[in-house]
Amino acid sequence: MTRKFHLGYLLLLAALLAAPLFVYPVLVMKVMCFALYACAFNLLLGYTGLLSFGHAAFLATGAYVTGHALKEWGMPTELGLLTGTLAAATLGWLIGSLAIRRQGIYFAMVTLALAQMVYFIFVQSSFTGGEDGLQGIPRGYLLGVIDLSNDQSLYYLVLAICVSAFWLIYRAIHSPFGQILKAVRENEARVVSLGYDVAKYKLVAFVLSAALAGLAGATKVLVFKFATLTDAHWHASGEVVLMTLLGGMGTTFGPVVGATVIISLQSELADKVGSMVTVIMGGIFVICVLAFRRGIVGEATALYQRITGSKSST
Amino acid sequence: MNNSKKNHIALAVAAAFGLAGGLAQAQVSDNVVRIGVLTDMSGAYSDLAGGGSVLATQMAVDDFKAKNKVPFAIEVVSADHQNKGDISSNKAREWFDREKVDVVTDLVTTSTALAVMKVAKEKNKIALISGAASTRITNEDCNDVTVHWTYDTYAVANGTAKAVVKQGGKTWFFLTADYAFGQSLEKDATDVVNANGGKVLGAVRHPFPGSDFSSFLLKAQSSGAQVIGLANAGTDTTNSIKQAAEFGITPKQSLAGLLMFITDIHSLGLATTQTMYLTEAFYWDRNDETRAWSKRFFDKQRKMPTMVQAGLYSATMHYLNAVKAANSDDTQKVMVAMKKTPVNDFFAKNGVIREDGRMVHDMYLMQVKKPDESKYPWDYYNVRQTIPAAEAFQPLSASKCSLVKK
Amino acid sequence: MEIFGIPLQAFMSQLMLGLVNGCFYAVLSLGLAVIFGMLNIINFAHGAMYMAGAFFAWMGLTYWGIGYWWSLLLVPLAVGLVGVIIERTMLQWLYQLDHLYGLLLTFGLALMIEGAFRYFYGASGLPYSIPEELGGAINLGFMFLPKYRAWVVAVSLVVCLATWFVIEKTRLGAYLRAATENPRLTQAFGINVPLMVMLTYGFGVALAGLAGVLAAPAYAVSPLMGSNLIIVVFAVVVIGGMGSIMGSIITGLSLGVIEGLTKVFYAEASSTVVFVIMVIVLMIRPAGLFGKEK
Repeated sequence: MTRKFHLGYLLLLAALLAAPLFVYPVLVMKVMCFALYACAFNLLLGYTGLLSFGHAAFLATGAYVTGHALKEWGMPTELGLLTGTLAAATLGWLIGSLAIRRQGIYFAMVTLALAQMVYFIFVQSSFTGGEDGLQGIPRGYLLGVIDLSNDQSLYYLVLAICVSAFWLIYRAIHSPFGQILKAVRENEARVVSLGYDVAKYKLVAFVLSAALAGLAGATKVLVFKFATLTDAHWHASGEVVLMTLLGGMGTTFGPVVGATVIISLQSELADKVGSMVTVIMGGIFVICVLAFRRGIVGEATALYQRITGSKSST
Repeated sequence: MNNSKKNHIALAVAAAFGLAGGLAQAQVSDNVVRIGVLTDMSGAYSDLAGGGSVLATQMAVDDFKAKNKVPFAIEVVSADHQNKGDISSNKAREWFDREKVDVVTDLVTTSTALAVMKVAKEKNKIALISGAASTRITNEDCNDVTVHWTYDTYAVANGTAKAVVKQGGKTWFFLTADYAFGQSLEKDATDVVNANGGKVLGAVRHPFPGSDFSSFLLKAQSSGAQVIGLANAGTDTTNSIKQAAEFGITPKQSLAGLLMFITDIHSLGLATTQTMYLTEAFYWDRNDETRAWSKRFFDKQRKMPTMVQAGLYSATMHYLNAVKAANSDDTQKVMVAMKKTPVNDFFAKNGVIREDGRMVHDMYLMQVKKPDESKYPWDYYNVRQTIPAAEAFQPLSASKCSLVKK
Repeated sequence: MEIFGIPLQAFMSQLMLGLVNGCFYAVLSLGLAVIFGMLNIINFAHGAMYMAGAFFAWMGLTYWGIGYWWSLLLVPLAVGLVGVIIERTMLQWLYQLDHLYGLLLTFGLALMIEGAFRYFYGASGLPYSIPEELGGAINLGFMFLPKYRAWVVAVSLVVCLATWFVIEKTRLGAYLRAATENPRLTQAFGINVPLMVMLTYGFGVALAGLAGVLAAPAYAVSPLMGSNLIIVVFAVVVIGGMGSIMGSIITGLSLGVIEGLTKVFYAEASSTVVFVIMVIVLMIRPAGLFGKEK
C-alpha cells in the first residue's frame, strides 16, 4: 500500500460525504448496497477462488429477516440489521458446510441448487408476501433519536455501514487469514501439505461473505422499505458475478467500481432503451471475458504499473 | 440538517413568488402537471397495457388541452416497471423526488400497485391504478391518495362466476397462479360460486410464470368438475386454454377465464375461445361513443384498446378536470375534486369514487362469439349483460378499508 | 385402483406427461453434455439457443411461409451455424483458461440474445400452431395423449439414441473421444481437432435449436422460455455426470418423470425438486450418477 492509495481512499470518502448535496441520495445508497454485496462476493471469488452461484440467497435472507424484524417484531433499527446479518451468516454456515465439500463447477452448482431451494421457501412462506414482497418496512430511529425516514440521515448511516464493512473486508484480506485464502486460490494442495485445515478456512470465508451479503440486503431494505423475490432470484446471483468481473476480480476496490457502473447504467438506461439494457449488460460481460479479464481496476492498475514501472500491490 | 433548512428557505421564497403571481393563476407547482405512466412495457402484460397505456394517456392530455385553455403545461413521462414491486417503488420514489411528477398511473400488477401506493402516500402524491387487479388495493392496503379505476378481482370473478354457475356450471376446480393475485382471484371466485349454489371441488396452484400446464389440467380433469376456473392472467391463461384444447379437456369440461382481456382473445383466436364467458369494464364495439374513441386509438396503435387502456384515458381525463376545477395540483384538493364529481365519459356513466378509493361503474358480462358470427376484425364479443355499478363491485359494508366509516 | 390415494388413471397420465417433459430435458442436456465433454465449457447460452430455435421457427412461418416440417430441418442448421460463428469468434480463445470463463462468457451471450428478442418481440409470447398432420389425440385408455406430444417423444428418443450411437460406436465418435482425452496427440495423428471442436459446438447448440422447434407448438414461443429452463437442464447434466452422454439422456427422462410425480403430490414444489435431487446426488456421488471421477 502506497501513500497515494490512502490519499485516494480519503478523497473518495470526502466525495461520498458530500455526494447527497449533488446527487440523488437514494441512487447513491443503492450503489453502496450493491457495492457491499459485490465486495462480499469478491471475498469468495476473488480471494478464495470459489465461484458461488447462489449469493442471492444471502442478500435476500438479510433483507427479509431485517424487514420482518423491523415491521412485525418492532425491533430497533440497529438490532434489526444485526438480526438480518446473523440470519444470513447462519444460512451461509449451512450452505457453506455442504458446498465446500465440492470444487469448481460442482461448487457453483451446489450453491445454485441450495439457493433455488431458499428461493422456493421464500415463495411459499407467508411472511415474505410472495410475489408482492414485504412492503412498508419502517426505517425507524438510529439509537432511538435520529429519524431515518429523512433520506439524508439514512444516507450517512448507510455510508457508515458500507465503509466499516469495506474496512473489515480490507483488514481480512490483508491479514494472515487473507494470505492463506489467497494461497488456497493459487494452490490448494500445497496449503493442505503445509498443514492448514483448508476446509475450515474456506468455511470461515464463506460465512463471512454470506454475512456481509446479508448486511447488504438488510441495508437495502432500510433504503427501499421493501424486500422482494427479485433479491432471491438467481439473476441476482448472476448480476453480482458481472459486477465483480467488470470491476476486477481479486482487487480490493474492483467490485465497488463494477457495482457503480452496472447500477448507474441500469438506472440511466432503463427508460431509454428498455430491454436493450440486458443486451448492453450481456455485451459488457462478453467483452470483459474476452478482452479485459482483469476488470476495470485490474487493467488500470496494470497500466499504471507499466507506465511508472513501479510494483505496488493491490 | 443543513440541507433541509435550505429547502425550507427555497420553499418560502417560492411561496412568496407564488403569492405575488396572483391568485388568478392556477396554483400548480412549478407550473407543470406531470403524469408518470408506470406500466409493463416489455413483459407478459405489455399488450394489454404498455405502449397503449401511454398512448391513451397522451390522447387524454391532448383532448384536454384542445378543450380547455389552462395556464399550466402538462407533461407525460413513462417507464417500464417490469412487473416488479421494487423497480416500480424505486421509480416512483425517483419521479416524486427528482422529476416533480404529480401523479403515477396504470401499474399493471398487484405488486407494483401496492408498492407505489405506499410511496405515493409517503410523498403525498396521487396514484391512479388501472392495470392492477387485487381487491387489497381498496381493502387492507387502502389509502386516501389512491384511486382504483378500471376493475378488480371481485368485479371480474363476480360477473363471470355468477354467469357460469347460472348456466349450470355447478362444480368448479381452480387452476391458480401461485402468488397473491392468483389466490385473491381464486378466493373471490370461490365465494361467488358458493353463494350461488355451486361447489368448489378443489384447486391446484401452479408456479408462476409457467409454460407447461398439462399436468395441472389433467388434475383438474380427473376432479370431474364441470368448470375449470383459470385464476391466472396473461400468457399463463392463454397457454392453459391452448393446452386444454390440445388434451381434449375442452369442450367436455368448460373453462372460465376469470381475468381475460380482449388481447388474449385476439391472440388465441375465436376457434379456441368461442362461447367462453368473461367480464370486462369496456368493450370497444359496445356503442357509438366507445366505437368513436376506439377507432381513434386503433388508428395509432393498430390494436383495439383493452379496458385497462380505456380506463386509463378516463382516469387521466378525470384527474386533469379535477386539477382545473381545484385550480391547483395539490394532492388533497385534487382528491376532493375528483371524489366530488361523477365520472361521465365513454368509459363510465355516473361513475363514483368511493371513500375506499374504488371507482365504481357498470361492468359487462361478455360471451365470446363463434368464428362464423364474427363479421369484421376485432368483432369478438356479444355483450350478454350489463352488471350495474351497485352489484359489480364489493359493497362498502364488506370493506376492510380503514377509511370507511361504519 | 389407486396409488397413494391418486386414481391409477391420473397417475399414469401424469407419468406420461413427465416423460414428454423429460424428452425436452434429455435433448437439451444431451447438447450440453456433448459440448462439455468436448470443449470443457458449460454452455449457459443453451437456453437462449433453445429459445432462438423456437423463434426461428416462428419467424420462418410468419415472414417466409416456411412450415413446421421444413423448420424441423432448417432451424437446427441455422442455430448450429450461429453456434459455429460464436465458437470461431469467441469461445476458441477461452480453451486454455479456467472453466469458469466459458460459463461467464456464455452467460453474457445468453443475456444478449434474450434481451434482443425481448426488445423486438416483447415478452408476452407468440402462438405457433400444431401442424395439421399431428393434430388430435390418441386414446391410450387412461388418457388422451395429443399426437403432437407422442411425436415429440418419438423424435427425441431417435435423436438421443442416434447421437449416443455416433459418439460411442462409430469411427467419427472415436476421433471425438480421442480429441477430448488428448487433443495434442489426436492432432498429431492428422485429425483436424479445431474443426471437430467447432462442429461439436455447432451440433450441441443445433440440438437445442431442434428442441426449440419441437417446443414451439407445444408451448408459447416466448423470449423467456429458455432462461426458465436452463438452470433445470444444468441440474440434469450435473446429476447425470458432466459430459456423460448416456447419463444425460437417462437423467433427463427420469427427472421429467420425477417432476411429473411431484406435480401430483405437491405441485408448488415441482420447479424445485430437481435441485433437491441435485444436492443429494452431488453429496453422495460427487461426479454425478454416470460421471467418472477425474
